[in-house]
Amino acid sequence: MAIKDYLRQRFFPHIWCPGCGHGIVLSSLLHAVEELGLAKNDIVMTSGIGCSARISGYVDFHSLHTLHGRALAFATGVKLAKPALNLLVPMGDGDALAIGGNHFIHAARRNINITAIVMNNRIYGMTGGQFSPLSGCGKRATTAPFLTIDQEFDVVKLAKAAGASFVARSTTYHAKESTLYLKKAIMHKGFSVVEILSQCPTHYGRKNKEGDAPDMLELYKDTTAKLGSKALEKNPDLIPRGIFVEEERGEYCEEYDKLVDKAMGGAR
Amino acid sequence: MKNNIRFVQGNEACVEGALYAGLNFYAGYPITPSTEIAESLSGRLPRAGGKFIQMEDEIASMCAIIGASLTGKKVMTATSGPGFSLKQEAIGYACMAEIPCVIANVQRGGPSTGNPTHVSQGDVNQARWGTHGDHGIIALTASNHQDVFAITVDAFNLAETYRTPVILLLDEAIGHMREKLVIPEEGALPIVDRLRTSVGKGVDYHPYLPREDGRLPMSDFGDVHRYNVTGLFHDMWGFPSNNPRVVNELLHHIVDKIENNVHSITRHKEHFLEDADYVMVSYGSSARSAIHLAKNRRKRGEKIGVLELQSIWPFPTAMIREKCSGAKAVIVVEMNMGQVLAQVKSAVDHPENVFLANRIDGELITPTDIKQLLRVIQGRGV
Repeated sequence: MAIKDYLRQRFFPHIWCPGCGHGIVLSSLLHAVEELGLAKNDIVMTSGIGCSARISGYVDFHSLHTLHGRALAFATGVKLAKPALNLLVPMGDGDALAIGGNHFIHAARRNINITAIVMNNRIYGMTGGQFSPLSGCGKRATTAPFLTIDQEFDVVKLAKAAGASFVARSTTYHAKESTLYLKKAIMHKGFSVVEILSQCPTHYGRKNKEGDAPDMLELYKDTTAKLGSKALEKNPDLIPRGIFVEEERGEYCEEYDKLVDKAMGGAR
Repeated sequence: MKNNIRFVQGNEACVEGALYAGLNFYAGYPITPSTEIAESLSGRLPRAGGKFIQMEDEIASMCAIIGASLTGKKVMTATSGPGFSLKQEAIGYACMAEIPCVIANVQRGGPSTGNPTHVSQGDVNQARWGTHGDHGIIALTASNHQDVFAITVDAFNLAETYRTPVILLLDEAIGHMREKLVIPEEGALPIVDRLRTSVGKGVDYHPYLPREDGRLPMSDFGDVHRYNVTGLFHDMWGFPSNNPRVVNELLHHIVDKIENNVHSITRHKEHFLEDADYVMVSYGSSARSAIHLAKNRRKRGEKIGVLELQSIWPFPTAMIREKCSGAKAVIVVEMNMGQVLAQVKSAVDHPENVFLANRIDGELITPTDIKQLLRVIQGRGV
């Protein structure tokens, strides 16, 4: 199937600004789905609120555009009710880790078979450029005229500590690498997290002197390095990309069924 | 049926009703005085082939049942005041996206953490207007366990019929009190199942295009129709729209589908009402005291009766006006500062003859409490 067959073309044009990285994330994700040969009827995409969340409207899957921060809570209900479905949950950085932080760590703790994609542009874009829990210190935002003093979360470390059994990071510059990680994440049995750094030239790039979209993409090339690479060894300040966690652990819906079977002594 | 008689708490009667109605997915978070509902379902539901999950918070519980409902399950959560506050945004989502679900609120004293976990009926207005924006809502209540069972079944039926959240407005006294419950035979009470679309694969399905009768057939997530569900105003495909015509029509639809069907949604019971000069309007555990008082006063020849509400929202304005039209005085008996009182006053022809008999101190209102007010109204002294 062609990539366009996974899109609801009648709902285009999309709302994203010129140069936004979210379209690249969408493309990486659809390539992953296409290469895995997943049936559209078996996929449910839930999303929250924000620029990132609009992604669910554009894909030809079952789509659930929910409340700010709550995409994983809705997804948990869908998944436990019908475990055969594949759950894809793209979220923005504020969506996933500020207002939705509790659901993020608890979905990871349960190790429920859902793929969470953090589209990290380090800013609240839809509301006009306020700093997020992933902006980091010393950044300029509309609510930080004197620069931010907030420490950022490291999504990889947080997901790992909370119990996610698959954790990876890539960027929109590395679109094919993103597809590879997304494929592995979707096939992984358990809670998987893929963080994809995604540029917001409109609200983050301009304010923080990172230039326009091509410059920001170049920056992802220059400031990141693959796990185990010489570049990373030489310069540990680079942001590591790669697969950080890939573990086999009991998946929530399967454990649930096993438990009930045991409790009922095979009477089910 | 054998073994169909139980001696149970009201919360357990609610569980029995929910299972009878076909509940197969529950998500919740512990909060007194509703916790017995979750405790009971954690064992009962998996045995019945359903799913139970304890979520990380009240908000997640509400969101999870909405997600599960979209896969075709009958879903429920239960909570009390503080948790009911937290669920409000997602209840509004269920109103907007028209997702059938049932929310039991076993009321305790508020605001805030309030008076845990003493009885109250202070969430009547929150059940109506807890979530933001105009919307229709259904809230049911009951004063004894047989009725708790029946209105719980009704709650699921109405949620499916109108594709809407339904609030079960119980209270601590009903929730924790034990009394007899006779579980009806299978088939004795009608059950409304999910209305699914007959539109076949490959044909354009419009999830948000109402039929002539106003109902919207659904398609389960995972089935052949892939559509969008959103809390934004949306067109007939479920895709976001801010077209003024679309916004106007959808808002009218979600309000009118409830308000235009008040006659078939609302429920009430009449106790000694035929020739009553004094009409007590009450609901939930308060109604038990009102009924007790009416029985005693009838023995003395007094013409007094009780109009017991089993649904509060949509408010049965026309019925209240009719039933109270011949009364010398109407006494609203409730455990709050007059939330149903205000509705009754606006419904009747003579609001100056409507009085409030209430308690707000965490103690159950007694027949004596009501009698004292009645004596004043009747001019028999304090």
